[in-house]
Amino acid sequence: MPNRKINWYKYAAPANFYPLAGKLIPWFGIPAALLFVAGLYIGFFVAPTDFQQGDAYRIIFIHVPAAWMGMFLYILMALYAGVGWAFNARLASMMATALSITGAMFTFLSLATGSLWGKPTWGTWWVWDARMTSTLILLFLYIGFISLQAAIDDPRRADRAGAVLALVGLINVPIIYFSVQWWNTLHQGATIRLLNKPTMAPPMLAAMLIMLAACWLYSIAIVLMRLRCIILEREHEAGRTLTLGAKTAQFSRMESI
Amino acid sequence: MSWSEFFHMGGYAFYVWGSYGIALVVIGGEVLALRQRRKGLQARLNNISESAESEQS
Repeated sequence: MPNRKINWYKYAAPANFYPLAGKLIPWFGIPAALLFVAGLYIGFFVAPTDFQQGDAYRIIFIHVPAAWMGMFLYILMALYAGVGWAFNARLASMMATALSITGAMFTFLSLATGSLWGKPTWGTWWVWDARMTSTLILLFLYIGFISLQAAIDDPRRADRAGAVLALVGLINVPIIYFSVQWWNTLHQGATIRLLNKPTMAPPMLAAMLIMLAACWLYSIAIVLMRLRCIILEREHEAGRTLTLGAKTAQFSRMESI
Repeated sequence: MSWSEFFHMGGYAFYVWGSYGIALVVIGGEVLALRQRRKGLQARLNNISESAESEQS
């Protein structure tokens, strides 16, 4: 065993990570699709109607996973951006950029589904309460990160600027998470806590956790796909592999994997 | 439970199906947009490698 060591540093180089990412994508994408189907099946056909909210509560199966993913992906994005900045690691910075759009997408989804859930249960599409306002700020942080990077031509400078914004914005994540405890808010408290017994019926909980797993796997697959695009674009623009004809051929082989 | 009852969602059809509809559009849109990006990129890189080869010969 000890003589079969994997050289992990090899995969820190974008060109080496590129084919590995390509091989990994179906291993996350296919289970994600299966789990989405399973989660929706349990959520709509097995989980019973809620005695207080009727069928409106079924929005939870997409709302809560989307909200969690919005927060998780932000933390990941900020960490990758920070590592890319601190250790001058191009691949980590590219990963942060790849994560930002999916994170923004899930945050938007949590706000949109929350709004559609709020109308029938609270009687309003939107209130400026702590949880919703801090989640809206999260969306603005994502949008700020994406537009800041898009506005700077030099990719490494864009990475650094994005990292500063992402790390400063990290303070918002615990604010979102604890907002329902710190402030008196319309939003309900956490349904799932690590140490307490969940207060949900088992099939409801199962559907929600399966949807969460599906969202995780989906995020990994889609972020790896985007990362591959970013690697191709950036390495190409940097002229690292396109200076000579031979290298070009190698590059188009890489891109066809 | 009949299918029409199922789609009615106890009167919350607009909110429930609206939520899942948005989710489908957003997630499907992300996948399609990324496919387009990859295709565009592939076409551009193929052009470049062809012109580089013709320059060499």
